[in-house]
Amino acid sequence: MVYDLIIIGAGPAGITAAVYAARKRMNFIVITNDIGGQTGWSGEIENYTGYQFITGPDLVNKFEEHMRQYNVIVKENEQAEEVKRAGDNIKVKTSKGEYEAKSLIIASGKVSRQLGVPGEKEFKNKGLTYCATCDGPLFSGKNVAVIGGGNSALDAALQLVKIAKHVYVINITSSLGGDAVMREKVEANDKATVLNDSQVTAIYGDKFVNGIGIKRAGKEEKIAAEGVFVEIGLLPNSSFAGEVERNERGEIKINVKNETNIPGVFAAGDVTDVPDKQIVIAAGEGSKAALQAFKYLNKIR
Amino acid sequence: MAKSVVIYSTTTCPFCIRAKQYLKDNNIQFQDIDVSENHEKAQEMIKKSGQMGVPVIEIDGQIIVGFDKEKIKEVLGL
Repeated sequence: MVYDLIIIGAGPAGITAAVYAARKRMNFIVITNDIGGQTGWSGEIENYTGYQFITGPDLVNKFEEHMRQYNVIVKENEQAEEVKRAGDNIKVKTSKGEYEAKSLIIASGKVSRQLGVPGEKEFKNKGLTYCATCDGPLFSGKNVAVIGGGNSALDAALQLVKIAKHVYVINITSSLGGDAVMREKVEANDKATVLNDSQVTAIYGDKFVNGIGIKRAGKEEKIAAEGVFVEIGLLPNSSFAGEVERNERGEIKINVKNETNIPGVFAAGDVTDVPDKQIVIAAGEGSKAALQAFKYLNKIR
Repeated sequence: MAKSVVIYSTTTCPFCIRAKQYLKDNNIQFQDIDVSENHEKAQEMIKKSGQMGVPVIEIDGQIIVGFDKEKIKEVLGL
């Protein structure tokens, strides 16, 4: 079957696009790894209009409820692996199958950036995690390492000093980044040691993590740690997008109409080069993309 | 007979919150174990699941790692 539209992603952009597409009675599906994306990981949200305060999980529930009201077909736990042109249509190959549509909205958001060192994949969730908020409490009384030097790393370190025995902050640059207030708090804490100019070379362990290898001032060192928290930022989830044009950061290039370089392929939200990354912006971009896809379908009909 | 459902979680983890909400929405009774408070249970969870990420959901002895909605649906027969 050839759908009118496929939406990749179900964060604020993808879900809003789905709501608009449903209301335009388009024949479409949503393909997504999870529901909510980064919003699901957010603690407190105070800048989404209409809610003076809402937690990330609560807002995701609201989003999902809104989308499900229209009986949208959502293929969850399914990753897009390749997007390619098929005549005038677009084919999307996923981890579970292949789909074809006349138009496509890529709203796949961002994913945690990985270290790319030996041991990282093997020890994921076996001591190595990308979510300090989630898994931090499991490391009470243990030595842990936070990799990174920006706000998210500092935030993780400050959460962990309350729980862990000792926290090493492994920072690749010569001094910590992030906000001064947080930096000072970390540097002043007896339970935290900041190692600057330090590059992670490997994650060690047997069944679970027991240490990390770092290179500091040209010297290799091993630090004993049972927990490793990777907080080195986010990358656009666009590697599957093939011929879709991207900028040097990997963000999909769009114009004001959310069009990409491929006719019929639109993009919205954090995966794009739109200047600011906010929930409310992603949602707005999702609606724009769906309305443009609708116009495109009318034009080619 | 109702299946025995146990969820190992932390209070701060967004996917734990969503998993619990999902079970509630489907009228599934479950036991909630906060592994950030209970050290022994945390070890039990790690031993059973072979990993350290939360949530871990145990349904009649079957272990599901993460908020895997399809798997939960399948095991519970929803």
